[in-house]
Amino acid sequence: MIDLSTDYLGLRLKSPLVISSTPLSNVVGNVRQMEDCGAAAIVLPSVFEEQLSLESRALDHDLSRGTDSYSESLSYLPDFNDYRTGIDTYLEYLAKVKSSVSIPVLASINGATPGGWVRYAREVEAAGADAIELNTYALATDPGTSGSQVEQQLIDLVSQVRATIKIPLAVKLSSQFTSIPALAAGLDRAGVNGLVLFNRFYQPDFDIENLCVVPRLAFSRPDELLLRLHWVAILYGHIDTDLAITGGVHSAEDVLKGVMAGANVTMMTSAIHINGIGHIATILMGLKQWMADHEHESIRQMRGALSRRAVPDTSPFDRGNYIKTLSSYTLQQPAL
Amino acid sequence: MKNLETVILDANEAVASVAYRLSEVIAIYPITPSSPMGEWSDQWKEEGKKNIWGSIPVVAEMQSEGGAAGALHGALQAGALSTTFTASQGLLLMIPNMYKIAGELTASVMHVTARAVATHALSIFGDHSDVMGCRSTGYAMLCSNSVQEAADLALIAHIATLESRIPFLHFFDGFRTSHEVNKIIPIGDEDIRALLDDSFVIAHRERALSPDRPILRGSAQNPDVFFQAREACNPFYRATPTIVQHVMDRFAAQTGRSYKLFDYAGAPDAERVIMLMGSGAGAAEETVLRLIASGEKIGILKIRLFRPFDASAFLSALPRTVQSIAVLDRTKEPGSLGEPLYQDVITALAESAADGTSRFAQNPRVVGGRYGLASKEFTPAMVKGIFDELKKKRPKNHFTIGIEDDVTHTSLSYDPEFSTEDPRTIRALFYGLGSDGTVGANKNSIKIIGSQTDNYAQGYFVYDSKKSGSVTTSHLRFGPEPITSTYLITKANFIACHQFSFLERMDVLAAVAPGAVFLLNTPYGPDEIWTHLPRKIQATILEKKLQFYVIHGYKVAQAAGMGNRINTIMQTCFFAISGVLPRDEAIVQIKKAIKKTYGKRGEAVVQQNFEAVDAALAHLHQVTVPGAVSATFDILPAIPAAAPQFVRDVLGTIAAGLGDSLPVSALAAGGTFPTGTAQWEKRNIAQEIPVWDKDICIQCGKCVMVCPHAVIRAKVFDTSYAAIAPSTFKTAKPKWRAMEQELYSLQVSPEDCTGCALCVEVCPVKSKSEAKHKALNMEAQLPLRSAENENWAFFESLPSVDRSRVNHGQVKDVQLLDPLFEFSGACAGCGETPYIKLLTQLFGDRLFIANATGCSSIYGGNLPTTPYTVNKQGRGPTWSNSLFEDNAEFGLGMRIAADQQKEFAEELLTRLAPIVGEDLAQATLSADQSTESGIEAQRVRVEKIRSILAKIETGVEWANARNLRAIADSLVRKSVWIVGGDGWAYDIGFGGLDHVLASGKNVNVLVLDTEVYSNTGGQMSKSTPRGAVAKFAAGGKPNSKKDLAMEAVSYGSVYVARVALGGSDTQVIKAFQEAEAHNGPSLIIAYSHCIAHGFDLVHGLEQQKAAVLSGYWPLMRYNPALRSEGKNPFQLDSKAPSIPLKEYAYREARYTMLARSHPEAAKTLLSEAQDDVERQWRVYSSRAAMPGRGETPHIAPPEGEEEVVAIGKGREE
Repeated sequence: MIDLSTDYLGLRLKSPLVISSTPLSNVVGNVRQMEDCGAAAIVLPSVFEEQLSLESRALDHDLSRGTDSYSESLSYLPDFNDYRTGIDTYLEYLAKVKSSVSIPVLASINGATPGGWVRYAREVEAAGADAIELNTYALATDPGTSGSQVEQQLIDLVSQVRATIKIPLAVKLSSQFTSIPALAAGLDRAGVNGLVLFNRFYQPDFDIENLCVVPRLAFSRPDELLLRLHWVAILYGHIDTDLAITGGVHSAEDVLKGVMAGANVTMMTSAIHINGIGHIATILMGLKQWMADHEHESIRQMRGALSRRAVPDTSPFDRGNYIKTLSSYTLQQPAL
Repeated sequence: MKNLETVILDANEAVASVAYRLSEVIAIYPITPSSPMGEWSDQWKEEGKKNIWGSIPVVAEMQSEGGAAGALHGALQAGALSTTFTASQGLLLMIPNMYKIAGELTASVMHVTARAVATHALSIFGDHSDVMGCRSTGYAMLCSNSVQEAADLALIAHIATLESRIPFLHFFDGFRTSHEVNKIIPIGDEDIRALLDDSFVIAHRERALSPDRPILRGSAQNPDVFFQAREACNPFYRATPTIVQHVMDRFAAQTGRSYKLFDYAGAPDAERVIMLMGSGAGAAEETVLRLIASGEKIGILKIRLFRPFDASAFLSALPRTVQSIAVLDRTKEPGSLGEPLYQDVITALAESAADGTSRFAQNPRVVGGRYGLASKEFTPAMVKGIFDELKKKRPKNHFTIGIEDDVTHTSLSYDPEFSTEDPRTIRALFYGLGSDGTVGANKNSIKIIGSQTDNYAQGYFVYDSKKSGSVTTSHLRFGPEPITSTYLITKANFIACHQFSFLERMDVLAAVAPGAVFLLNTPYGPDEIWTHLPRKIQATILEKKLQFYVIHGYKVAQAAGMGNRINTIMQTCFFAISGVLPRDEAIVQIKKAIKKTYGKRGEAVVQQNFEAVDAALAHLHQVTVPGAVSATFDILPAIPAAAPQFVRDVLGTIAAGLGDSLPVSALAAGGTFPTGTAQWEKRNIAQEIPVWDKDICIQCGKCVMVCPHAVIRAKVFDTSYAAIAPSTFKTAKPKWRAMEQELYSLQVSPEDCTGCALCVEVCPVKSKSEAKHKALNMEAQLPLRSAENENWAFFESLPSVDRSRVNHGQVKDVQLLDPLFEFSGACAGCGETPYIKLLTQLFGDRLFIANATGCSSIYGGNLPTTPYTVNKQGRGPTWSNSLFEDNAEFGLGMRIAADQQKEFAEELLTRLAPIVGEDLAQATLSADQSTESGIEAQRVRVEKIRSILAKIETGVEWANARNLRAIADSLVRKSVWIVGGDGWAYDIGFGGLDHVLASGKNVNVLVLDTEVYSNTGGQMSKSTPRGAVAKFAAGGKPNSKKDLAMEAVSYGSVYVARVALGGSDTQVIKAFQEAEAHNGPSLIIAYSHCIAHGFDLVHGLEQQKAAVLSGYWPLMRYNPALRSEGKNPFQLDSKAPSIPLKEYAYREARYTMLARSHPEAAKTLLSEAQDDVERQWRVYSSRAAMPGRGETPHIAPPEGEEEVVAIGKGREE
């Protein structure tokens, strides 16, 4: 009997395949289908404090514009008693999903202010989230802010949220930190239960015809997995927090690689956008098949098997990897 | 707390609340100032609020007030308790049904915000001319004088009508009462139940039509019985006054508030009495009470039940001692012996004297007078003036008060300094900009003070006539006694000026009382402000010993992310320095109010307001005032001295806010004004203006095309002018063939720009080295103002481009044509005005405009200055507004007259050909005027004919010559355009529009389709799209927009176009040209983005484009001329939908607010609306794809050989 189960954030999961934030999860039917296909847990789409604030301000501007200016038209739109401008819609949806599926449901929060992070965390906990993933995507654009300041702000923020809630807490990180192990250790000390590696940068593209910069959102590619494998393999065994890989997970092999690097779970989005929700079942089947073929009994057994501390030669993880790649590259060049 | 049950609201809300609870069917239609009553009803219905019987009333918006009255009549006949709300022209449209409803003795109440009826001009303001037009309908007429009374008498009317069977017209003064916010005791459900006797309700229902007990009502009667039957109602009218008084007495027992049909106040032994009805009674009673305290024997009689007029109650209400009476009417009946109330009083007194029942010691002398037309101020000073007049042996009769009549000398003089203000009352005046939130904050302040202190509170708000950059003046009173002062504050002990720029042209301290507090929002700190104040302001501060405070409100607002909304900041300052509440408590209350007002819009909004409040006090500073006036400059005149005399002296006085001081002689009888006056009123409302980068500009003209205010213009001119140009005047090489040797300039009028930035948004050019830099870029106005003014003046002096040199079908070329519509007061970024401006560029010098009432008649024709103007030859659009409902017919009348005059002129010319010259006459009669040059040639001929005819002073042809000279202009082609909004075209004027389109006459109709009644505040029309929220469609419009274009297409002979400037500006021009060329009716429906759509209008053109891309607004033209060319007249100018409707719609709050409040309903409506789009596209595209002349072959009868052959071939196959 092949055992796919794993533990993540203290939650017992039936497999290491978790669905990360995706607009597909905005429909309860899709979430149900994900569960039916074998998803072990889902992370709901992120609630963005900035977005909610912007929308709230926009609504205020839109309803205020032109009011009390001219005697015949003191307003232009009826004003309702209530609008769903805040996190209410998110909380309602969270509760609805919770009541519709039996797999763990993780809320994802992207705050903009210290108060926002804490308030939202408290509210999603109250609404029944099994755990919270803090989506800490932020860009340092101020030349006056040092790397250590950015890291400390993050640790402080996580500490505040940790102190506010009782349910497990994961932090989704950007890969753009100078010393990821040191930051991970700091977050570990701050009480975080899991680290999710990594956020994907949504780099805008340049439209040179129209001279403008346009937002671009492309699906992840399998080769993006390598960066995640690298850092999970390095962190595995050095910190107490659970580890999750997100970004570039497209196949059963990718899941296996992630687990062998040391991840408790691997998270997937792009692949189900490309292949459909049924892809979850395909992957799980492939996972079982591979494990059967290779006589692996359980996920737990193989976890961390290829982590930095588990491999005989660590040079591929270290500077050696760089040198080796380059040297092998030179060997391929024609002789001068 | 004096009374926990008090509420703070205006009369519209108070009355609507009573009417709603006592109605089952509410028929509504928007008209100022009654619209809020319908809006409240619709909103309460959406919220599920129930009436007194526990059901939710049906609120039905109709297509006109006539329709509302019809629906009311029908609902009443079918047994429902029904009501409606209206005013002015709307009430007049209801009159035919009012006769019926009254004639049939049907219990119901209509609530009327009494408003002036349009005569020499339209006015939205309050007087009784509408109500008095209904005197003969048979309605009982009950008048309320204050907000409290409006609530109370609304209930009394509803009860009395059920008991008397006489329908009631309950009225209160438009704006002064309908919009005054006051602290009142509301009518509770228990009050209603205490007065309502359900047996009368059941009796009402039993009188209704029912097939189960059928009756017939509404018969036609013949001379034998009509008269007798008409008299059969008399007992009901005789009984009504007693019924009303009984209801009033029961009301008094229930609430403690007592009313009489005729309420007397004053000395029991009064010798002089004023009688009147409406809000003026507040000022009059205040004066009487003040003067009798000093021993004067005077009194006031307030008339509440005007119809049926109870002479006995009236006579007994007057003191026996009265010797002279002034009867005041708030209406004018030209040619009458006196106004209505005066005539009734005279009749009542004369009848009692004649039958020997007079109870007066001596027959009183009665004089009548008019006051307060169109909300003209009526003050205690005027009341005193009238009482003083009554002292005279022969007081002036048929007088006027409040104006200076230097023509027929009707006016009474008075001492304007006389005041009855209670010294315990705090009187605060706030000057704000419409967009800065001042009024909203003041409404909140009134609520805070009225509910958190023992004070009574009153708020009244005055707005100027512009929709962009309008000045608002808030008049707030707080005091320990109920506030009955129904007039503006003239002696304020607190004045706040929320805009520093106002000081430039306004004396904001004109009404300041000695020792008052003056709060100024200014970028200058306490140490530097003094040197930036005009002399007059400095002098007043010193002379009146004002306490002077400054705050940089915008700095605080911007730091809090609130942009230009300084409302809560200035409100905090007011509380901090006025001492109305302890400072800390005030801040707690302000925050509570913020939470209540903005909480539902999201925490972010609340937080930013909290931040602003917290930061405000740190930036508030008291100014240490220097000892002497030091300024070297003073307040500027509103209109510069260089303006023509009438503009400067008359319009300038109005623009300065001093229009009340103009005498009768200053204003022409009949309401005619010169055009070209907006250019003189420099408003300086833009903080930033566009600046041209001549080096990268491609001269496409899109900025000129889109500018709603015609402040950005282009010219091509001879290089020789460069030598005399101001040093900063910019030119470029023209990008036109055959003009390369001249100069091109794009110039902005800095003081007329509203800063909407539509021009920058539409500019397609981006700098190659910095993408955000365009060929137009917004920059601060103040540093540019002086130089750009000089440049603008120079630009104006340059000759206009010869119209025959440019292609009138291209945007790039049309930009060079002079706009003859400029600097209107429309909203910044208005979506309508670019179309009107284009109309004037293309045809302005031969243009008649018939303009339906609405936004376009307000920004087109509201004083002081108006935007239609003339070209260098003195020609330009001639414009008129008749009514709302009749505009198509009005325009048709213009066309018929122009055609008739042309025909007559041609006939005269034929007769006079021997004198004029056969060649000239023939050339004139057969002129081809299809082109600009053809028209110009005809103008030259007409001028020549005129000069020939001018020499004929005698002889047999003298009369013909004189007549032809008078109408010779009609020989030059004229273009008649009927302009209006969708409320007119789709709803109230649709019947007339349809008739005019069917007439075959050469008129052009331009529908500025904003998809709501924009001018009255965004009520639903039949143009409103499915799923959009609008007033009267608070739950989202449940059905689809009417396809007016296809209705017109169905005629086959009407030119029809649907256009959107942001979709295709070229198509717009093409449509205008084709419509004008079409020798028959034309209809252009122009997508006009509007502030009522709920988005930042800087994105107006993008939204128009999205509307077209989504297929919501397909661009089409139907040109009947093509049929004669064998082509399909139906042309589709836009492509199949390429984005979902949601992508367009969910950029606008009118859609998204429903998604936020009622997500399920929004989802359903959006899905249905998407279906509408697809259905419409299928119809349009299949119509455009039809072969041949657009008819399907199997339907069209065979006309030619080819078709017969085709059919034959088909058979063979």
